[in-house]
Amino acid sequence: MLYAMCFALFMLGLYCAVVKKNMVKIVLGIVIMEYAVNLFLILLGFRTDAVAPIVDRQFLETGADGMTVTGAFLRQAVDPLPQALVLTSIVISLGTLALMISVCIRIYGKYGTFDITEIRRLKG
Amino acid sequence: MLIFYALLLFMIIAALIAVETKNLLGAVICVGAIGFGGALMFLFLRAPDIAITQIVVEVLSLIILIRATIARHVTPVSGDREFVGAVVSVAIVLTLFVAGVKVLDALPPFGDPIFVRTPGAASQTYLEQGLRQTGAANIVSSVILDYRAYDTLGEATVLFTSILGAAAILRGKSRKLVKESDA
Amino acid sequence: MKGMTVIVKTVAGWAKMLVFLFGVYIILFGHLTPGGGFAGGVILAASYVLLLLAFGRRFVEEDLPLALDSKLDCLGALAFALIAVWPLIWGGGFFVNFLLKHLPESALNLVSAGTIPLSNIAIGLKVGASLFLVIFLLSVFSDDHGTKTRATGRIADPKE
Repeated sequence: MLYAMCFALFMLGLYCAVVKKNMVKIVLGIVIMEYAVNLFLILLGFRTDAVAPIVDRQFLETGADGMTVTGAFLRQAVDPLPQALVLTSIVISLGTLALMISVCIRIYGKYGTFDITEIRRLKG
Repeated sequence: MLIFYALLLFMIIAALIAVETKNLLGAVICVGAIGFGGALMFLFLRAPDIAITQIVVEVLSLIILIRATIARHVTPVSGDREFVGAVVSVAIVLTLFVAGVKVLDALPPFGDPIFVRTPGAASQTYLEQGLRQTGAANIVSSVILDYRAYDTLGEATVLFTSILGAAAILRGKSRKLVKESDA
Repeated sequence: MKGMTVIVKTVAGWAKMLVFLFGVYIILFGHLTPGGGFAGGVILAASYVLLLLAFGRRFVEEDLPLALDSKLDCLGALAFALIAVWPLIWGGGFFVNFLLKHLPESALNLVSAGTIPLSNIAIGLKVGASLFLVIFLLSVFSDDHGTKTRATGRIADPKE
């Protein structure tokens, strides 16, 4: 059910990006799609009654060489791999958002509008 | 478990308002609401790294979006639209919707990740050996900067290129403005 | 952009150091606690964006010139690439954690993770400098465009 709601969020973003005619609305649709995909990847790695994948002192095996984690940590920690991938993806999304917004501002400076049909008509 | 449904419902309602409102500034603020709801969701999903990053990135992207929209009068979008374009976009959305609904059946149940049931999964190895092999207590940090640092190098390249592109686009305009004001 | 009232300026002057220090903390302790180079770098950029919003463009330009900002950006990228290729000289692989075996064997220390804190610092420098650079350029551009349209009134009229 949670996956389906996440998919609904993605479809809203896709609808906004494909159907709307305002350029800033298209950018917002792409941003919403990014949120939905990041959230879906994190949802895939979740465990019930989980802990964050960060080793604390209580998860170190006592008596060993001090570098061994306990079995409780292995049974409870969530998947660290999607988190690592999503962490880089979030920062990239900020860079691409800046690129898209600068393209939008440039087009607004040239044509004076955000409407893509208007811009297409003015081209010829 | 209930908190996840509540937060996702909040995010979907905010997305609906952001998609359908006529006011651009209102739409931008609704997207900010989606982002902060997502940050709370990451916190409850036991991903504090991503929650921190999402909050600060959200603040900066709101600043960027508001600066893009606040000084410009919202152009009323005209109603006419080509018939072919409308049909094609609706067809794209419907096709992806059907494909996604098919995929939903094949997903694992929530709270039971794939790496638990896969013997020899990479994530299991990271959790077991991450502290010994890299010395970092934060397993996410050890994955992005040691096991998969090549990925992070590519990410840094993408960030560098996109910022370079934005700087090139904005700077060309500024130089032209300076030249015109001199003439 | 001229800056805001004296109340905002005073509070921003106190808050900027705290935000900056928090970013440095997030970067340095990224391998022990939640955080790391990405989050810390964005916080560093946010501290300068706070200055930009409160004090205006000229103040920030004196504090951190654009040329220095680009140099910091390139320095971060170069440091990360250098950390990557350094083990190749001594017969290791690309991105091998070469410092790890020279350090004392103890977990949960600040210096226990080999090259990971160094990579965190490089990534934080790169992300912070580049994000501040793009936001600064966006603010400069908006100002120029506004004065231009108001002065001539021609560019916003594309019908002809």
